[in-house]
Amino acid sequence: MLLGRFQPFEWIVSTRFLREGRMQSLFIIVGIAIGVAVIVFMSALLQGLQSNLVKRVLTAQAHIQVLPPKEQVRILHGLDTALHKDQVQAPLQRLKSIDQWQAVLTMLRAMPEVRVASPSVSGSTLITRGAASRSLSLTAVDLALYQQIINLSEKIVAGHARLGASDIMIGTELAADLGLSVGDKLLVQSATGVSNYFVISGILDLGNKGANQRAGYVSLRSGQSLLGYPGGVTVIDLTVNDVYAAELVAQRIQALTHLQADSWIKTNAQFFSAVKSQSLANTAIRFFVGLSVAFGIASVLVVSVVQRSKEIGILRAMGISRAQVMRVFLLQGGLLGLGGAVVGCALGALFLQLWLLMSRSADGAPMFAVVMDTVMLIEALALATLTGLLAALAPALRAARLDPVVAIRG
Amino acid sequence: MQDTPVTPASPVKVELEKPVVQLSHVHKSFNVGESTEVEVLHGIDMVLNAGEFVAVMGPSGSGKSTLLNLVGLLDRPTQGQLLITGMETTQLDDHGLTQLRGRSIGFVFQYHHLIGAFSALENVMLPMVGLQGYPTAAIEARALSLIESVGLTPWRDTPATLLSGGQQQRVAVARALIMQPALLLADEPTGNLDTQSANAVFDLFRQVNREHGTAVLFVTHNPELAHRCDRTIQVIDGLVPDNEAAW
Repeated sequence: MLLGRFQPFEWIVSTRFLREGRMQSLFIIVGIAIGVAVIVFMSALLQGLQSNLVKRVLTAQAHIQVLPPKEQVRILHGLDTALHKDQVQAPLQRLKSIDQWQAVLTMLRAMPEVRVASPSVSGSTLITRGAASRSLSLTAVDLALYQQIINLSEKIVAGHARLGASDIMIGTELAADLGLSVGDKLLVQSATGVSNYFVISGILDLGNKGANQRAGYVSLRSGQSLLGYPGGVTVIDLTVNDVYAAELVAQRIQALTHLQADSWIKTNAQFFSAVKSQSLANTAIRFFVGLSVAFGIASVLVVSVVQRSKEIGILRAMGISRAQVMRVFLLQGGLLGLGGAVVGCALGALFLQLWLLMSRSADGAPMFAVVMDTVMLIEALALATLTGLLAALAPALRAARLDPVVAIRG
Repeated sequence: MQDTPVTPASPVKVELEKPVVQLSHVHKSFNVGESTEVEVLHGIDMVLNAGEFVAVMGPSGSGKSTLLNLVGLLDRPTQGQLLITGMETTQLDDHGLTQLRGRSIGFVFQYHHLIGAFSALENVMLPMVGLQGYPTAAIEARALSLIESVGLTPWRDTPATLLSGGQQQRVAVARALIMQPALLLADEPTGNLDTQSANAVFDLFRQVNREHGTAVLFVTHNPELAHRCDRTIQVIDGLVPDNEAAW
């Protein structure tokens, strides 16, 4: 049998129509394929670039930092005293511990959006070695927990990521400035005058010269006593499941705890705005490419309806319903979209491979990881098919509404 | 897809003298421009019984094709009653008309109008596949027997566009017969053929009419072929002047 047995009538007719106008079908499939390839390639590239940038930002900081609330001025209004805002002096922001931080920590850990919560104490100190001294931004952490937020082990260039009672880890620049290496002792003095000797357990490269010059890590207990917060913490660092929802989670935390909660999105507003602009540009490109694909399919099918009007009239005279005629043309749109998308995905993958081969850093490694996401490919296939169906709607309606008498007469 | 298999509407042995087409005071007007209406058929009454082979003649523009389109349920009368196989059609919606047309009426047009994307055999199968929803072995078997009956077995797999005019018209006849319709409408089916092919096609219609009792309405300009029909009606200026005499 030439007609595939039990294949739906609409499938048989639409595939035959496409096959009969093979040059027309081929050209539009190539057109769709180029559009889909551009979308796939651009999306994968931008997604890779964004993931890479976000990863770089988030490997050096927590998604959210929960801090004590800022001190506010309380104004006592007198009956006859006109008070102007410019007369109010902003209060000094004293470093202080988070009130009831254990309870807050328990509450934060219970939130489904929060993955890890790590308490820490931070403050400014002075580091002295012989006649030389440098300022040190000291962070006291529970290393096991903190590692789940910022992986210090990855940043170790000498020694080990270890924080015993007298251990300290410092940045590479600071170590170089003071001629320090692993095992050396140094004196750390807090602003309150408390000082303590620490032994360097590890030297870190934090990926930033400024941070490498100033950053240092000690254990939570050592930091608490050195910085004058016995039993207290000044920051709770958090990671959340969805990094892009961090600001929403931060706002929720702020509402729940009345503490200050700063998300990485807020603290890196310019960076995040750039990422968002990039995403917006990508969406705009995808939309306009999709639109041109849709118009391409629609124009081919409109021409096809005009070319086949006699055949449509004959089909209607045979007893083929308007709905069947409509489905024949909708199916053609869907098939063109799907066919173009399959070729387009393959082309997009090829472009990506070529790009990966061509764009390498000096050491020959890829500049950043670009992954062909299966979900993205399935989405591209589904979207192109849907676009094809939608684009075919107007021609299909036109075909279905053809008056058979007029159509047959031509 | 339909749940139940499609079977041809009319039985092979038809009850002769039973009306297949009944027109009563049928008028048809067309809008020409926004406000002008032109009446093409001015109240036609006619009856076509099962087993009858009737020629329809008349000058160009007299309303023959309009009459055929109305009887073929491709168009609706402006006024009057139209019954096909006893069913009143003026109240049917588009779906109802399509169903009735598909099951009861076969069309053969002057320019054969086969679907170019299909072979001769596939073209014959199409109406039944469309109504059934999908092809089956039974449909193929019936199409093969029709292709054989029109003498085109060697060309069964030939694309429709590669067949000669006469061959294409024979495929069109076979296609019109696949549903075993009660009524066969032919709009100048021989008008585009040489004499030999025209005679062969006419003989085919005659054979179908005699063997299956299918009523045939055969529009032609050829008096010789009209003479070979059971009777002839003349359509002149949207009327059938010798109505009584003809019927």
